[in-house]
Amino acid sequence: MQSAISLSLSPSSSITRSDCSVAANAYLCTPRSLRFCGLRRKVFESKSFHSLKVSTRLVPCSRESNFNKVCAALQSNGTPSKGGFDYDLVIIGAGVGGHGAALHAVEKGLKTAIIEGDVIGGTCVNRGCVPSKALLAVSGRMRELQNEHHMKSFGLQVAAAGYDRQGVADHANNLASKIRSNLTNSMKALGVDILTGTGTILGPQKLKFGKGGSGDTFVTAKDIIIATGSVPLVPKGIEVDGKSVITSDHALKLEFVPEWIAIVGSGYIGLEFSDVYTALGSEVTFIEALDQLMPGFDPEIGKLAQRVLINPRKIDYHTGVFASKITPAKDGKPVIIELIDAKTKEPKGTVEVDAALIATGRAPFTQGLGLENINVQTQRGFVPVDERMRVIDANGMLVPHLYCIGDANGKLMLAHAASAQGISVVEQVSGNDHVLNHLSIPAACFTHPEISMVGLTEPQAREKAEKEGFEMSITKTSFKANTKALAENEGEGLAKLIYRPDTGEILGVHIFGMHAADLIHEASNAIAMGTRIQDLKFAVHAHPTLSEVLDELFKSAKVKVNSSSPIAQPVAV
Amino acid sequence: MASLLQSRTPSLSFSSSLCSTPVIRPSVSFLKPRSGPRIPVVRAKIREIFMPALSSTMTEGKIVSWIKSEGDVLSKGESVVVVESDKADMDVETFYDGILAAIVINEGETAPVGAAIGILAETEGEIAEAKAKATSQFSSAPAPSAPKVEESSPAPKVDAPSPPVDAAPAPSTPGKVVATPYAKKLAKQYKVDIGKLVGTGPFGRITPEDVEKAAGITPAPKSNVAAPAAPVASSAPASVPSKAPSNFPEIPGSTVVPFTTMQAAVTKNMLESLSVPTFRVGYPIATDALDALYEKVKPKGVTMTALLAKAAAVALAQHPVVNATCKDGKSFTYNSNINIAVAVAINGGLITPVLQDADKLDLYLLSQKWKELVEKARAKQLQPREYNSGTFTLSNLGMFGVDRFDAILPPGQGAIMAVGASKPTVLADKDGFFSIKNKMLVNVTADHRIIYGADLAAFLQTFSKIIENPESLTM
Repeated sequence: MQSAISLSLSPSSSITRSDCSVAANAYLCTPRSLRFCGLRRKVFESKSFHSLKVSTRLVPCSRESNFNKVCAALQSNGTPSKGGFDYDLVIIGAGVGGHGAALHAVEKGLKTAIIEGDVIGGTCVNRGCVPSKALLAVSGRMRELQNEHHMKSFGLQVAAAGYDRQGVADHANNLASKIRSNLTNSMKALGVDILTGTGTILGPQKLKFGKGGSGDTFVTAKDIIIATGSVPLVPKGIEVDGKSVITSDHALKLEFVPEWIAIVGSGYIGLEFSDVYTALGSEVTFIEALDQLMPGFDPEIGKLAQRVLINPRKIDYHTGVFASKITPAKDGKPVIIELIDAKTKEPKGTVEVDAALIATGRAPFTQGLGLENINVQTQRGFVPVDERMRVIDANGMLVPHLYCIGDANGKLMLAHAASAQGISVVEQVSGNDHVLNHLSIPAACFTHPEISMVGLTEPQAREKAEKEGFEMSITKTSFKANTKALAENEGEGLAKLIYRPDTGEILGVHIFGMHAADLIHEASNAIAMGTRIQDLKFAVHAHPTLSEVLDELFKSAKVKVNSSSPIAQPVAV
Repeated sequence: MASLLQSRTPSLSFSSSLCSTPVIRPSVSFLKPRSGPRIPVVRAKIREIFMPALSSTMTEGKIVSWIKSEGDVLSKGESVVVVESDKADMDVETFYDGILAAIVINEGETAPVGAAIGILAETEGEIAEAKAKATSQFSSAPAPSAPKVEESSPAPKVDAPSPPVDAAPAPSTPGKVVATPYAKKLAKQYKVDIGKLVGTGPFGRITPEDVEKAAGITPAPKSNVAAPAAPVASSAPASVPSKAPSNFPEIPGSTVVPFTTMQAAVTKNMLESLSVPTFRVGYPIATDALDALYEKVKPKGVTMTALLAKAAAVALAQHPVVNATCKDGKSFTYNSNINIAVAVAINGGLITPVLQDADKLDLYLLSQKWKELVEKARAKQLQPREYNSGTFTLSNLGMFGVDRFDAILPPGQGAIMAVGASKPTVLADKDGFFSIKNKMLVNVTADHRIIYGADLAAFLQTFSKIIENPESLTM
């Protein structure tokens, strides 16, 4: 029984998550609807007893017709269902969110189109997570090669490591175009119609796209998803010239490596860039409006991260200050940053640097969407939505058949969150009610070492525990005790589990250490599936691997209930 | 009583000490705790809670949180305050019973190691007094991170690295000081007053190099990839050279050229060699036969260096102890290979490419190998094993006409041979006949812990025989 379930699940998971798997369409003839993302345990329980019929049973209507429909989708991207619409689903924006939704929609047998006015892949692929990972891959190696002490402890000798800026920049650029073409191909292979131009909503279920003016094409769709994403936020007073005062868009092209760069904002983006720049030889000054660096991280993790990622590096910082005015370098003068106190607004002096990177966050890109045509008012630019991503209009009413996912709704500005939201919406429009559990969505910062987290931070959990009157416990394990980490000479690291001892529920997991971004998924999956710690304790981890850090973490938790589902039947080996 | 002074212990208890005036003349202040009209025999004490040194590298600490608040009664061994060092947060416990009378350094503030962070009163009656003391201290040093104790005491027990009074005034240069983050870090590490530096970086900013220069440290070779943090490496040399310059009068107009990496490496090796007891043995060798052979094989690309290296290698094969190394001062390490390092002057530096297994390779291969090594050395492409695997070094200054010289034994080797020029010399043989023969002087420096005079003499005898009958070298 167990094995049957896993068989029917595995192909579906390969499509949902891997954005680029062209080979995925090979699986398409197998109809299936099981979705991992945020699905609660009950889905599992109710279906798992009919192992062979698992997938077809999920769609309540007729499993025969569903089967045909999905197979047909391979050839023609489906036919629009009744109602006389051009499409079942039109997605505005072909970023990671739109792409995830489109793939899932085709799989669901919906005739799908995606509108993109710029390049396929959106921010993540072209100006965000993807190229930055290429730069971070370089910075990680540089850091390692420069660290004589580290190399010596391996018995390695490395002559002075250097780098070629253009080569590094090319690597980032090549990676972005490769992922972009993978993404494009995966949609083409499935028959998603890619419509080029700016999409504008004209009314309910009606929109146009094109370059503006008379060349616009009008289309109708049963459902519309807004997935227009975001752009770097540049606070007023800051003049971005793209050369000495830049945003992440420019920085990822790595057109030059300044000797001294100020990074405004110490969140994920700022932190990752500080890792890149310091590895390439720059000195960095952080300017953070809040009182401490790395706001948003669990305080304990943030503190440790500061000890490892900030203090020993060529970095200093000003906290509790705003950059009220930034003037680009010109006329033989450096970049001048004027600081004011974040609370009192009093001037706090100036900073003169070679370059400034604005990493203050991202602003939703929702202009020109035609939201006024359907009486939707954005809030600070974000499209208001309910927990099912349904758009809410100015009167607080739901706009029928209109959804908004990803950065444009501002719920959780992460590429994979957008994709998960898109899949959730497609589930709903295909007739399966679905609410995404945002607390199960992991986040990662790809510094060296990495930081990752899922669920609540310690203060958030404490507040919740107090409000709801339950007991909360914390346990921690160190990378110092992990064989694999020690073999890599990377013992610096901490994993932290916040949980309920009475039920074994995981409230949050935070990891700082080698490959933390890859390690978090055991915890995020457990939260998504509702798996309890007492059950996780029995899961086996290969030795010696970094995953044992989490194994130990779960085992060190003191849960007051016993494992809920001991394996009853012996499995012959 | 005196034992209470500075009882810094390995555990994390803070050291706390005596009474009113911080640390001046403890014996007096003990008996007369404070200025008031007090009876000298008073037993009560007001102790300062000091910022503890939680790690060997800690220079200052930040108060994360006070576990106890003012007025709390403390008993020995209780955690009082959480201090953040450069490494970790640690609970600090009290060593004494008492009442936490006043908190001098508040949460989130920083104080140098040894500075008072709180005041501990023994009895309730002293709280007010302790508080007064705290406020007086506080007002005298408004900046939380400034050293608190030293100002009033001319000779503080906790040595302030820089003269506190002199260092205090703001930079004399008008306008603000712009220093890069790393420059600031280094300035703190090396206790350099950044306000007194003149920046040489872009826009007149103070660069890490400026700070290193001020601290008397050889700046690391400038590369686009300076090591992110090398406090371990740089702190050691920091102490030595920083003193050295003060011993020499400065001659106006002199320029300071920092060592290159190669020169720094040479310096390091030379200093290390001082710890090895060496001695020298010289030997005259007739070279007519060698010169004749050289003329013969020269057209085939054989160099004098290869000939000498080969001869030394063949001789070493018969005297393994001269090819040995003393690594730990307790044993002989006999090397299985004979690797002849040959000192070469290159671009103002010195490098020793190594002819590996020189005894096994024939002259022609050896010469070819040598040529490759020199080319690589010029292009700075030698691999580490091509310059640091030598077991015996050959240094030849003969081409300059030097007749004899003395070489310094490189660390890790047993002996080094210094070869002078071969010169026509009038010789008298045992029958009283004069003749003119070419003669060169070789001088070997060896580690006397493993190589004794007789060993070296025997080796040189063998070597001279080979040079005088060099035919065997071509075989």
